Amino acid sequence: MRLPCPICGERDRREFYYQGAAVALNRPAPDADADAWQDFVYLRENLPGDHQELWSHDAGCGAWLVVTRNTVTHAVLGAKLASEADR
Amino acid sequence: MANTLTLTATSPCYGLLPKTVGTCTLTETDLGTLTSVAPFKGRAVSDALKGAHGMAFPAPNRATGKDGARAIWFGRDMVLLAGPVPDPGLGDHAALTDQSDAWTCVTLSGEDAGAVLARLVPVDLRPAIFKQGHTARTQLGHMNASITRTGPDSFLILVFRSMAATLVHDLVTAMESLAARH
Amino acid sequence: MRVAGKGHIDRNSTVHFRFDGVEYQGFNGDTVASALLANDVRLMGRSFKYHRPRGVLTAGSEEPNALMTVGVGAGREPNVRATVQEIYEGLEVRSQNAFPALNFDLLAVNDLAAPFLSAGFYYKTFMWPRAFWEKLYEPVIRRAAGLGALSGAADQDRYEKAYAFCDLLVIGAGPAGLMAALVAARSGADVILADEDAQMGGRLLAETDTVDGLAGADWAADVLAELAGMDNVRLMTRTTVTGAYDQGTFGALERVSHHIARPDGRLPRETFWRIVAQRSILAAGALERPIAFQNNDRPGIMTAGAVRAYLNRWGVAPGKAVTVFANNDAAHRTALDLIDAGVHVTAVLDSRTDAQAQGDYRLIRGAQVCNSSGRTGLDAITYRTTSGQEKLATDCLAMSGGWNPTVHMTCHMNGRPSWDESIASFVPTAGAIPGMTVAGAALGVFSVQGCLASGADAARTVLQELGRSVADVEVPVADDAAYAIAPLWAVAGKGRAWLDFQNDVTVKDVKQAATENFRSVEHMKRYTTQGMATDQGKNSNVAALAVLADATGRGIPETGTTTFRPPYTPVPLAALGAGSRGKGFAPERHTTSHAASVAMGAPMIEAGLWYRPSYFPRKGESNWRQSCDREVGFVRNTVGVCDVSTLGKIDIQGPDAAKLLDFAYTNMFSTLKVGRVRYGLMLREDGHVMDDGTTARLGETHYAMTTTTAAAGLVMRHLEFITQVHHPEWDVRIMSVTEQWAQFAIAGPKSRDLVNGLVEKTIDNESWPFMACGPVRVAGIDARLFRISFSGEHAYELAMPARYGDALFRVLVKRAEALAGGAYGMEALNVLRVEKGHITHSEIHGRTTAFDIGMERMISANKDCIGKTMAARDGLLEDDREQMVGFKPTGAIKKLTAGAHLYSEGAEAVPENDQGYVTSAAFSPDFGHYIALGFVRGGAARHGDRLRLVDAMRGIDTVVEVCPPVFIDPEGGRVRG
Repeated sequence: MRLPCPICGERDRREFYYQGAAVALNRPAPDADADAWQDFVYLRENLPGDHQELWSHDAGCGAWLVVTRNTVTHAVLGAKLASEADR
Repeated sequence: MANTLTLTATSPCYGLLPKTVGTCTLTETDLGTLTSVAPFKGRAVSDALKGAHGMAFPAPNRATGKDGARAIWFGRDMVLLAGPVPDPGLGDHAALTDQSDAWTCVTLSGEDAGAVLARLVPVDLRPAIFKQGHTARTQLGHMNASITRTGPDSFLILVFRSMAATLVHDLVTAMESLAARH
Repeated sequence: MRVAGKGHIDRNSTVHFRFDGVEYQGFNGDTVASALLANDVRLMGRSFKYHRPRGVLTAGSEEPNALMTVGVGAGREPNVRATVQEIYEGLEVRSQNAFPALNFDLLAVNDLAAPFLSAGFYYKTFMWPRAFWEKLYEPVIRRAAGLGALSGAADQDRYEKAYAFCDLLVIGAGPAGLMAALVAARSGADVILADEDAQMGGRLLAETDTVDGLAGADWAADVLAELAGMDNVRLMTRTTVTGAYDQGTFGALERVSHHIARPDGRLPRETFWRIVAQRSILAAGALERPIAFQNNDRPGIMTAGAVRAYLNRWGVAPGKAVTVFANNDAAHRTALDLIDAGVHVTAVLDSRTDAQAQGDYRLIRGAQVCNSSGRTGLDAITYRTTSGQEKLATDCLAMSGGWNPTVHMTCHMNGRPSWDESIASFVPTAGAIPGMTVAGAALGVFSVQGCLASGADAARTVLQELGRSVADVEVPVADDAAYAIAPLWAVAGKGRAWLDFQNDVTVKDVKQAATENFRSVEHMKRYTTQGMATDQGKNSNVAALAVLADATGRGIPETGTTTFRPPYTPVPLAALGAGSRGKGFAPERHTTSHAASVAMGAPMIEAGLWYRPSYFPRKGESNWRQSCDREVGFVRNTVGVCDVSTLGKIDIQGPDAAKLLDFAYTNMFSTLKVGRVRYGLMLREDGHVMDDGTTARLGETHYAMTTTTAAAGLVMRHLEFITQVHHPEWDVRIMSVTEQWAQFAIAGPKSRDLVNGLVEKTIDNESWPFMACGPVRVAGIDARLFRISFSGEHAYELAMPARYGDALFRVLVKRAEALAGGAYGMEALNVLRVEKGHITHSEIHGRTTAFDIGMERMISANKDCIGKTMAARDGLLEDDREQMVGFKPTGAIKKLTAGAHLYSEGAEAVPENDQGYVTSAAFSPDFGHYIALGFVRGGAARHGDRLRLVDAMRGIDTVVEVCPPVFIDPEGGRVRG
């Protein structure tokens, strides 16, 4: 598996650390209700198809990425810097 | 007592290098002062770097300068200035961190150098793709590394200082494997 | 028997090798199989289950029967296919699965018991009594079954892995692959051409076809010579592409030195390649399938294509009187080639009534072979036509049930092949592997002309996809005969007709599976074990599912096929794990004091990737505890020195540095004064503790953070996460400086004396109070001094550029010794911190909160931080949570151990009664007894309680008293001393 790092180019999966669904982009306010925090910390959709995921290019440039990946076909549809991703 | 004290410096590969196996030679390289230069937001660090040290701030995956004074792209918004003591003025534009002792720096050279690295490095180092002046942050074996092509058959390799013995072990093993094919 | 004038072996180079202890001769270019056949050795192995005598069935890597053990000693390798192993001078090969000898195998008695050993036998028979399975049945079955055995000794050979990149990977170097590679290479693409064989050319080496008027093998040699001379081409022989993976990644196994008599010891046996290709062309050819009939597994019966390969490539006639049995035209070439070479052909038996003779041989139409005879090798067959049964003396039967395109790789990413009625075979489904184009026989194109054209076409397609111009390459002229076949899977009859030779699965077994309602092809496979041997059903899959289709009254397309998974051929684990044994397993991180510590005799223990000294033994000490107690005494009474460089050190700079720290830590760092250090606690977003450490403020916008050794990488990534994902607007830069600084703890009442002997400007309690930090100069070099303490004593940490670490450590130890102290290791460090109640990851193990460790007041009310909201959940603040406490022994047994669990006195030691557990324990020389840290339900309010402590693993059952976790100097007077 290979991921297209926007900085380094396409790289082998071994260089990356997988974090999970890209929900972290939308951290609730500290005083948001318990459900919002529960959703944010624990609950994840697990539908087959295109997923937004957070990966860190740990062994490369160190950038956190938002990768769009299809969990059925394993096709990687794109990656952008988390620092520049829509929130 | 303090006045009489002298401390001797030890290089990371002390006692380990140089080594020649087959067509390849592995040597420790003294790059001089190493400083990570990480620009603060919206600062024109390239001009400052050029003004102070005569090198442009390299684009990702590139190195500028030459032996003795290089600027090696070192990660997201970060460059490793290798050689000169950084001009203090640079500190207005970027976070400067002394890294002079943090890295094991070696040069692998020889006809099989590319093939040796192909045993350890999961990136495309073909000469037409990874040209002189190209650099990559990647892995070498299990170690995070910075690899820069410095010539047709030579590469500058940096890993953490503490991993010097493993770096030498892994490279020499691959060098032997290539040498045994000749 | 060797045939004069045939084959591509080097007849001037005699090679001696031994099979089962007997010496034979062959030539360079021979495989074990071809050389044994040349010596008229037909019996090469015994089958897996029935121990039936077996000879070679094929001439390639799909071979199911002729599996052998190569070599002697530790590195001997079982289950090597004789059809793949090249011979070399001195090669030692042994047969497998036979006792005492290949031609007299006692376990062949299984064959007589065959009526009881049909499909599902094990499942049905060994069910009862249940306890017998593990002790009796399984060991017996395991001994009787199985293929070759490993030596049991560690494999000393080298293995290797490697990476390669290309525009185009061509898999298979037969006519289609060669043509594809040639077109792509002449067009300037970077091409890797990989073939599992030692010699490229594929079937061109095994057939008598001509290409552009040249012998096929000569044309292949010309093309290969051209390709070898091109910089943009890499030819990889003896390299099997084993799997197709995501984003154009392929696994490939190169057999580097299996064919070399005395390889250089530094040469790997195998290299496992990961090849990344923009595009790939699968030109893996096709595999011929046997026909099932009674006793079709006798040595001397092989595929027709194999007979041609042995004849044309290796100059070997596998028999003196050869019979051909086929359902297709292609197999008739076998007779023609043999006759041409002067080998007697008894007859061609074609199951088709309309078959046409292609030459001067006896053709019997509408004939089906229905039995064979011969003890350890074929001596006759019986065939059946409408006019009845006839027996025919023959010592070799060349059979062909048609050809299966090698679709395997196209199924590695969940693709399913499609049924092509015209060739009675599965063919690849287009687009099954992104970027892969299939060509030649793998696509179901069986003529040489068709393969050449198909290869060229595939290359053109790929080049266009890559946006490259296509060189004008003319497709050479070759035979273009149509492929005519009428399916014949199994000849009707009573006896056992083999489908899967390797796992001894017969037509009967498949039918029985259907009868017992294992009608799905996947169920049939698992019930009968068809296709589950090392050949993965290459020889049997299609025929087996055709039999199943017939038995269940469905067509083949509806029956479907089982899934082909990587690897295509077996890959040794040693190759997959290459480079990761011994020193290669993980990087060894050495501190700058490593050499000095080792020289002092310190046993080095692993702390993550780091190696740290356990203790520093001295003369007269006979165990580690004596050393440890002494070292603890240094710190408590004089001064001890310890390398703490392994702690993570992170340089944080920028206008928003304080914001980052306030958000990452539970407590405030924006209020920290320059020149001061503060202890900080980090949570995960779920409110549990992530890490702790001290952070120094070096300047208004400059901090130096330390992390625990274990969490250094984790914290670094976490900080990057905050600055890139949560707050990309913050202007702050993070850099690891763990490796830049050699840092040493100097701890104990005399620590300041030692420090003042080093620093150029003397310090005192006013200039350098507890939690002060700042620059100092040592021996003319800039250094950093922190007054922090993990031991609870008056202590400092001195950091210097790592190049001076070795020299500094030696000086520190010497001077500490002059002050009646010395170096201390991890054991003493642990005792000191347990005495002081300082936590490590034994306590903050991922399930504990700030509340649990008594630090809830460190979560600042004045700001947000990671984990703050979730840490405030009711459930995480309940009084009966397991809270951190200390323990002292009060029972008969005075030893306390980490991992022990706690129960109320008198309560049974069962999980329902669990009150908590011990996380850290140590013998405290200061108190003269063991002390421990751990967690107890509602522990904060239970100081003074007595609890039962049970460590079932170490046989400890005693009573302890719960106490506050800080044993020594709870007021903290010493650190300020």
